[in-house]
Amino acid sequence: MDLNPAAAAQDVTPPVGRQSGPVIMDLKNITLRFGGVVAIKDISFDIREGEIRAIIGPNGAGKSSMLNVISGFYVPQQGEIWFDGHKRGPMRPYQVARLGIARTFQNIALFDGMSVLDNIMTGRLNMMTAPLWSQALWWGRAEREEVENREEVERIIDFLEIQNIRKTPVGRLPYGLKKRVELARALAAQPRILLLDEPMAGMNVEEKEDMCRFILDVNDEFGTTIALIEHDMGVVMDLSDRVVVMDYGRKIGDGTPDEVRANPDVISAYLGVVQE
Amino acid sequence: MEILYASEVLLNGLMAGVMYSLVALGFVLIYKASGVFNYAQGVMALFAAMTLVGIMEGRVPFAHLINAAFGIHVSSFGWTVPAIIGIALTALVMVGLAIAVEKLVLKHLVGQEPIILFMATIGLAWFLEGLGDVMWGADVKVLDVGLPQGISDRVEAATNAWFGYGFFIDRLDIWATVIAAALVAALVGFSQYTKQGRAMRAVADDHQAALSVGISLQFIWIMVWSIAGFVALVAGIMWGTKSGVQFSLSLIALKALPVLMLGGFTSIPGAIVGGLIIGMGEKLFEYFIGPMVGGATENWFAYVLALIFLVFRPQGLFGERIIERV
Repeated sequence: MDLNPAAAAQDVTPPVGRQSGPVIMDLKNITLRFGGVVAIKDISFDIREGEIRAIIGPNGAGKSSMLNVISGFYVPQQGEIWFDGHKRGPMRPYQVARLGIARTFQNIALFDGMSVLDNIMTGRLNMMTAPLWSQALWWGRAEREEVENREEVERIIDFLEIQNIRKTPVGRLPYGLKKRVELARALAAQPRILLLDEPMAGMNVEEKEDMCRFILDVNDEFGTTIALIEHDMGVVMDLSDRVVVMDYGRKIGDGTPDEVRANPDVISAYLGVVQE
Repeated sequence: MEILYASEVLLNGLMAGVMYSLVALGFVLIYKASGVFNYAQGVMALFAAMTLVGIMEGRVPFAHLINAAFGIHVSSFGWTVPAIIGIALTALVMVGLAIAVEKLVLKHLVGQEPIILFMATIGLAWFLEGLGDVMWGADVKVLDVGLPQGISDRVEAATNAWFGYGFFIDRLDIWATVIAAALVAALVGFSQYTKQGRAMRAVADDHQAALSVGISLQFIWIMVWSIAGFVALVAGIMWGTKSGVQFSLSLIALKALPVLMLGGFTSIPGAIVGGLIIGMGEKLFEYFIGPMVGGATENWFAYVLALIFLVFRPQGLFGERIIERV
């Protein structure tokens, strides 16, 4: 992995020996309803700094809804969201993004008309503060800013090994690469928490392995806190530090992969065993 | 001589085309950023021109209403405002209009089908039309912001010296060309090189993705409608100066439609090139073919050309190619 050594040195986060930091996000008694349908029922869990936190569960368990609550796309009817020690009021998704919570989507939401580079640059839009005239004339602060942000973006491009498609319009890329570009765009925002909605859905084995490696590397090298949803049980158990298991909108398990694997409720939800 | 006259016609056609492009630009901007075909663009130009005249002449807005309500007779503040200040104030009014459109219309239609949004802009067009009349009166107004008009003596003298035939070129058309070029350069610079421009393109592409990187849709929409309002103001000034500020001004939108079909709904350069082709084509067609078919071809030529184009290149000259993956 060819990573800028200076940047890596800058990173104060110690190499994660799978020891996570303090709680960065705390979800308390979240309930989300759509009309009469209860998508999430009274769920509480937390995310610690520097960890990989997975949310798993069968189809329709409410995993994506949970992610959408965290990223502000859905506003829960009940419950509290604490981020970085502060209670978060009702927020719009763009405000949540500005807090430092970046995300990817299950069915890829990229800017198809733009190049890979431009797509990733949008991740840094909120870090550019130069006045409009200065940007339009490419002069003064704007130029400095653009160069700085561009360097950061190039670093991420190197990191995710997508140098050769930098100038390609995203619409032309195959599925697996699109997923990677989406990850790059989310990373470009240098998020406090990175939310991944089924990062490996629809990928072949090779692409899955690549993506797994990238997720682990991101967590290691940048110390990024990651919360992800995934169907593939094997992948989740290998990747994550702690796992929340959901079924029919409820939390039925929470703990390390081993603890969760041993949890009878989880086994029955996944294997359909009826508990007497 | 024949060829000289034809080239004079061609030149005039090109410059008439620039005037069409000015209107088409406003459509493209809004369509690109929000996927809405803004039927009200022509009326926005009319409204902007009316407001500009009203402000410059120091007219009291809603004079009829005020007079009827209070039984008084006011019509004018008794001052006149210089053109440059009038234009700045009108631009502010257009920003206000953009905010109102976002808050009262667009915000409530997020995620609706494009056809619903299109219908909303039809409603907006008629509302604006009425609002303009109520605010400033329905009389035909003369707009004079100090742009030169009439034959350009210099061009005539120069062409006379070179070819022995003086070209008739309207100075207003020359100005329109210069202003349109500056406007396009500014718009392209804005959308390609600034943060807001990048955000605008992002919103045009995918709303969800834009939200996820921290872009406020509301802000971008207000911004785009403001810019479209400003483009409408420029078009309104040009057309208003040329043919007076009156209801028919809103019909210039109909001239922009074939331009859009030709150039593509999503391309700024397309709006310009499309305008030039239509302007040039209709003048030349009228000149060469017109006499054979009894004239008045300018009314329909643009549409026929656009229809022929639709058959061969449905996305327009510069539009994004529609490739359906199955």
